[in-house]
This record gives sequence, structure tokens and C-alpha cells, in this order.
Amino acid sequence: MTAEATNMRSSLYKTDARTKRRNAAEARFRVYGMMAVGFGVLALVVLLSTVLGSGFSAFRQTFVTLNVPLDAQVLDKQGNRNPAEMAKVTTIGYGNLLQAALVAELTEKGMHPEGMKAKDIGGLISKEAPAQLRNMVLANPDLIGQTVTFDAYANGRIDGYFKGRVTMESAALDSNVSPEQLQLADAMRANDMMAMKFNWGFIFGPDASELRPEAAGLGVAILGSAYMMLIVLVLSLPLGVAASIYLEEFAPKNRFTDLIEVNISNLAAVPSIVFGILGLAVFINFAGLPQSSPIVGGLVLTLMTLPTIIIATRAALKAVPPSIKDAALGIGASKMQTVFHHVLPLAMPGILTGTIIGLAQALGETAPLLLIGMVAFVRDYPAAPPEGFMDPAAALPVQVYNFTQRADPAFIERASGAIIVLMVFLLVMNLMAIILRRRFERRW
Amino acid sequence: MSIGLLSLIVIALAVAGYLIGRRIALAKAGGDARRLHSLPGYYGQSVFLFTAIPALVLLAGWLLVQPVLIESRVSGMITAADIPEGSNADLVMSDVRRISTGLDLVLAQGALSEADLDTMRADFSDVRGRLAEVGVALGANVKPAVFQAAKTYRSAATTGRWLMTGAVLVLALAGMAYALSRISPEFRARNVTEAFVKTLLIGASLVAIMTTAGIVLSLVFETVHFFKLYPAKDFFFNLVWNPQFRGGSDLGIWPLLWGTLYVSLIALLVSVPVGIFAAIYLAEYASKRVRAVAKPLLEILAGIPTIVYGLFALITVGPMLRDYFAQPLGIGSSSSSVMTAGLVMGIMLIPFVSSLSDDIINAVPQAMRDGSYGLGATQSETVKQVILPAALPGIVGAILLAASRAIGETMIVVLGAGAAAKMSLNPFDAMTTVTVKIVSQLTGDTEFASPETLVAFALGLTLFVFTLGLNVLALFIVRKYREQYE
Repeated sequence: MTAEATNMRSSLYKTDARTKRRNAAEARFRVYGMMAVGFGVLALVVLLSTVLGSGFSAFRQTFVTLNVPLDAQVLDKQGNRNPAEMAKVTTIGYGNLLQAALVAELTEKGMHPEGMKAKDIGGLISKEAPAQLRNMVLANPDLIGQTVTFDAYANGRIDGYFKGRVTMESAALDSNVSPEQLQLADAMRANDMMAMKFNWGFIFGPDASELRPEAAGLGVAILGSAYMMLIVLVLSLPLGVAASIYLEEFAPKNRFTDLIEVNISNLAAVPSIVFGILGLAVFINFAGLPQSSPIVGGLVLTLMTLPTIIIATRAALKAVPPSIKDAALGIGASKMQTVFHHVLPLAMPGILTGTIIGLAQALGETAPLLLIGMVAFVRDYPAAPPEGFMDPAAALPVQVYNFTQRADPAFIERASGAIIVLMVFLLVMNLMAIILRRRFERRW
Repeated sequence: MSIGLLSLIVIALAVAGYLIGRRIALAKAGGDARRLHSLPGYYGQSVFLFTAIPALVLLAGWLLVQPVLIESRVSGMITAADIPEGSNADLVMSDVRRISTGLDLVLAQGALSEADLDTMRADFSDVRGRLAEVGVALGANVKPAVFQAAKTYRSAATTGRWLMTGAVLVLALAGMAYALSRISPEFRARNVTEAFVKTLLIGASLVAIMTTAGIVLSLVFETVHFFKLYPAKDFFFNLVWNPQFRGGSDLGIWPLLWGTLYVSLIALLVSVPVGIFAAIYLAEYASKRVRAVAKPLLEILAGIPTIVYGLFALITVGPMLRDYFAQPLGIGSSSSSVMTAGLVMGIMLIPFVSSLSDDIINAVPQAMRDGSYGLGATQSETVKQVILPAALPGIVGAILLAASRAIGETMIVVLGAGAAAKMSLNPFDAMTTVTVKIVSQLTGDTEFASPETLVAFALGLTLFVFTLGLNVLALFIVRKYREQYE
């Protein structure tokens, strides 16, 4: 560019006004193009960095580490360690235990704040912690009588304070937390009674109620999504491949084939929410399948994914050179044998790549799942397949939506965290597709 | 017997059939495979297919039809007097279903025996309490007729199950026997198997037609249902959208259409210039290296799930637009607005416009560029006066496809555009769209047969017709005006 410019200057040729204008227009046009590409790339970077950036903190959570004496007098009055009888002690009993343990520990370390009520001190601990302690004890009654070290979730507001979401000023206006509690939390953190740790519960735990953001996890949603992907894979791969083989290799050119082709290309462009309506009307209302179950979600997503897989499979089948078919037919193979023994294996990498991309699309799809009841609040893990396909479950993208609909700002962080998990799955699937393509794709 | 177990048994039978069929074929040929018409495996395959496929098809069909039949039989038992005030037959039927599953659970827990159940009557025993113990909650006490209906429902479902198991197994065995009886060295097993497989392939490709039919039928059916409850005239000409829980709603489509078109317009205003300029730059100007990096990066935008864009609109773009544009200018105070949703959707649509346009620009032959350069045109003049006119039909097609995406997009508008149905010109106002209302009407607590819920199907049909129209138009333009280059 610069070389040209100096050349021009030293040349005898004088650029007239019109040429200058044209050259300027040329340069402007080029800049517009660069700006457009730049805008697109910048949008991508901003999108990913803001959403992902605000989600990383969801993986770390504030825990209160406590030594809890599991008093047999309170937890097991009969003393025979029978879980059925011990179950009579509700979470309130365990909550009192945790509260007493915390107060005792603070008093022992001389950190007990003057005039602070025991209830307020207990408020530092999540309401979910007693339930977890109870489950732990009921699963292992031998713990009773011992003093166990227990990592309890800190209250969501305390966690928010350490993550910068809650400040002293906002706490003063907040009925759920007081500045005194935050000061105590600071002191406890300095004394290693409270610490930020990696929160496995966020990935594997079930969802929690609106008032306990600190305990909300993605376990049920991940399992539900996995079930749905399994159904989509099992149904859409054979169906899609079969349909593509027919259309590409056997179908005569006639009206009927045209009708199928037009249908497939139209289905690929139908808005996803319409598939949700279809699922609601046909699978739930007509066929009577249970709401918010992975089977309905899987069926709806299968119908959505089918066009993608068919289009990819047909391209892969088309790419197999005719000479291979001719050779097989020439040595006496039937048409069906040619297709299944020679064309299909050669097209397999392309088919699998298309399938994985279709699955990735299905994994991120939200709108149709909202309509088939997947927005329901589900805390129980679905059972193992195949019965589990009928159990209510959540789905990862719908869980993101659910988190955004809750009032507590702590859920925004968790929604972003859920998106990170979703994106990791998508990334892995797309990488798999790329690797498959690189390793097995043949060029003839 | 559970359905999973039943299908496993059928498949096990079919596998056994394969092995037996193969062996019989070989035995009939005296162990010499050359005397058979087909390879021995094909004899086995024919048995496999005849055993498994008809039985599994019957199973699927039975599962689909049985609930409908039982329902129609049981609903006859419930008279108008059994339907409580403010309720309807559908709700009572769902109670019947719930009670019947609850009874199954009670029996499974062993709290009650089959004989106890026969003598149990709703007017004497506490059915509601019993069911609550097993986790089936009922809204009100159970009326005798409803309880009777539930018992009939349960027994019909149980007999149906047994009948189904029997029928499926008999059909599998019959198919197997038939296929086995046909085996002889002259039997053209390969041709039979291949014809069967071809039928299956045709069946698979019919799924696409059935899906479309399912979509159209369910939408049309429920829309007709809706128009019986709510006049079509009001739906199409009322300018107010105001659904009420207790009836008397205004369900005019115009505010929703307005919001949809406004959001789509903004999205296209963002994505079309950016997409086309990006496509031109990548196709005409960019070096190979820039292209190799920038094109996949832009295409990532198309692979990101829409819920991610929705969250981006909700937590980043919305508050930013409100704090830096709308509030300082005094033209809006809501973080969800047409502008938010449109902007974010525009970003999402960039790759749809750019990828397609890029392909089309690349398809314009080099000779046309060379001709233009030869006449002294600059590169941008070539693009503007030669390439774009040649590529125009394709680009218009790409824009129409992007528009159809924009109209059907759901999550971005659910999280970004707001829920207030109004017709305003201010892009910083929160407005709502057709898709948002489909979601909110179908995920709410209103009963299914009310116009407030059924309107979602009419909205869905509108959406379907719109997007279908745009797609067909795009296809038509691309086909009709495509330049044919040699």
C-alpha cells in the first residue's frame, strides 16, 4: 500500500479528482467490510466473555467448616440406630444442632459477637445444610455419638458478600442479612472457619428452592439432558440414515419423492417452538405420555434433529464416488448389498459428524422443552433407564431459563455457570465432530 | 409386563429366529451353502425381520390407540352431575387417571389387596387420604362415580396390557413360524429381505411427512377449537391483547404481530448490513489467512444456543442500553426492550446472512470480475455493479431465511423483549412477540380447554404460516432468478 503510494507520487501521472474520489470510495468500502467482520468477531468475544466471565464464580462456593457433635440424645432417642426411627427427627432438629455447634465454636475461639442472637449466628449457614447433614446421618447411623467435621453451605447472601454481590450498604437494607452477620463472616473467614471451595454440588446436586440459591445444582438437568440426547441418538440416527439411503439411492424421481424432499427442507426451517406445540398436542395430550419427561423431550428433539441428520447424511452418501458402486454392482452385488456393504461404511464418518452436530443443536434447544412442561421444578433424580425416561426431569438449557426467572440475583451467576457447563458439552461434541472429520474424511 | 421387557423379549425371539432360520436353511441344503438361492444369512435375516418388525409395529400402535379407547369408554361413565362447578370433563378425566395410578401405587405397596379394592367405595373409605400417603395429591374428595370410573379405567388398562402382551408375543411367534415355514433352498430369501428392508427405508422417510402432517393437524385442529370459543374476527381485528384468568379476555393478535415484526426489523437492520459486508470482505478482499480465521469465528455465532443469547440480552445488553441510552435520553426505563432483543438477535443472525451470501458471491464466475477489472472498474465498483446484481437473488433468499429465523426465535425475545403487549413506536419500550405469548400461555396454570390456552395454537399456526411463507418465497426467488453460469 505504502509502496504504491510513493510510486504514485513519483510518477508523472497526476491523479485527477475523480480518480481520487473513486480510490477513496474503494478504501471506504474496504473499511466497511473490515468493520463488519470486526463487529461480528467482537460481538462473539463480548458475548462469550461476559456470559462465561460472570459464570465462573458459580463453581466456587463459601462453606462453613464445623465440628458438629452428633448427640445421640437428640438424634436417636431409642438408641438402636434404626434409620426409620431416626427419620422422625426433622431438619429443624439438625438445624438446631448446627446452630449450637457454630455458637459453641465461636465462643470457644472468643469470636462470639456481643449481643448477637444465636438465631442470627445460625443464619450464616444455609437452610439446605441441615437437610444434607440429616441425609448423611440417615445414610450412616454409626456417625451418631461422634463429632463429625461438616462442610455446610454458607447462606447465599454471605456467599454473595465474598463474591462482591452483597455489600454492607445493601445488607443494611436487606431483611435476609445484616451488616453484623457480614462482619462475623469476615472474622470467620480470617479464622479459616469459612472458606471458598470448589463446589461439586453445583454440577452434581439437584436444584434448590428459590430461597436457597447457594444449594442449587445442575445434577438433575444434566441427567435429563443426557437421557434426551440418548433418545435422540437412538431414534434419529437410524431413522435419518434410513430415510437418506432411500432418498439418495432408491427413490425414483416422482411427485412422491419431491413431496418428501420439500417436507424435509421445510421442517429444517420450522421454528423450534412449533415442534414444542406438536409435542404438547401429540405426545402429551393425544398419546398421554407424562409431562416434563425425557421421553417426550427426546421425541420432540428427534423430530427437530432429523432434517439436519438427513441433510448431512445425504451429502455424505453423495460424496462416495460412483466408481465404488459400479465396481460392487459389477461383481454381482445387489443394489442393497452395494449400499449397505460399501457406500454406507464409506459415508459413515460424514454421517457421524452430521449426527454429532445435530445432537449439539438439540442439546442447546430450549423453546420446545418449555412447552412440554420441562420448566417444572424437579428435585428428584430420574430413575435409571428405561423407566427413568418417563420420570420428570429438567434439561440443561431449560435450567438456565429457570434460574433467570428467579428473584435472587445469586441465580444470575448460577445461570451463567450452567451455560458454562452447557458450552463445555457443546465444545466437546463439536471437537469430536472435527476430529472425526479430520481423521476419517477421505477425499477421492 | 413392562414395555421395555416386552420389546426385549421380541428382539430375543427375533435373534433366535435368525439363528434357527440360518441353520434350517443350511440343513435343508444338506450343509452345502451353494445349493441355496441366497447366502444363509439372508434366510436368518428374513426370519428376524418377520418376527420383530410386525410385533414391534403392533406394540407401538397398541400403545397409541389403547389410551384413546379406554378414555372414551370411561368418560361415558361420568355424567354431567359428577363434574364440579368451575371444572370440566377434561379435568375430571385427569383426576380419574391420577386416581388410577394412585391405586396402582397403593397396591404395589401392599397396603391393599385386589379384593379389598373391589369392595372399596369412595363414599365409605377415605380414598383421598389413602392416595395422599403414596404421594398422589387430589384437589377434592373423590366422588363415587369418579372413583368407579377410576377403577374401571385401571382394570381396563390392566386387561389392555395383558391383551397387548399376548397379542404381541403371538404375532412375533406367528411371524417367526411363517418365515421359518417358507425356508427352502429355492426360497429367494435375499430378494424378500431386501424388499422388506426397502419398505422400512420408505417408512423412515415418511416420518418427515408425518411430522409435517402432525404439526399442521394439531395446529389446525386446536385453532378451530379456539375459534369456537373465541370469535375469529376478534382475534384478527382486535387491537388489544389482555388475557384474563376468569374469561372475558381480549386476544387480538395485532400487538403481538407488531412486536414480532418490530424486533425482527431491528434484528435485520443489524444483521443484513453486517452480514453482507462481512461476506463481501471475506469473499473478495480478505487474505486466505484472515478468511480461515474469521469465517469459522463468525460461524460459531450460529452454533451458540439461543438461551445463551437470551442471557446475554438479559444481563448485559438490556441493562447497558437502559443505563446509557434509554434513561439519559428519557425514552424508556425498562431493561427489556425491542431494541435489546433486536440487537442481540441481529448478532445471532449475522452468520445466517454472511455464510449464505458468501457462498453465493463465491459462485459468481471469476470471468465476470475479470471483465469488470478489464474495463477499469475498481474492486468496490466491481462488487457493487457486477457481483451484487449477479448474486442478488441468492442474497435476498438469505435475508428472507434470516427473517424467518427472526420471527420464529423464542428464547432471545422471552428474556430480552419483555411481556407487555403494546403497540408503540419507541424501540426502548418493552413489547412482546408471538413466540413469547405462546410460551407464556402454554406454561401458565390456566386449564387446557380455555381460550386463553388455546390461543397459543392459533398463534403457533400464524407463526407457522408466516415462516413457511417466507421460506417458500426465499426458495422461489433463489430458483427463479438464479443466474445460470456455464
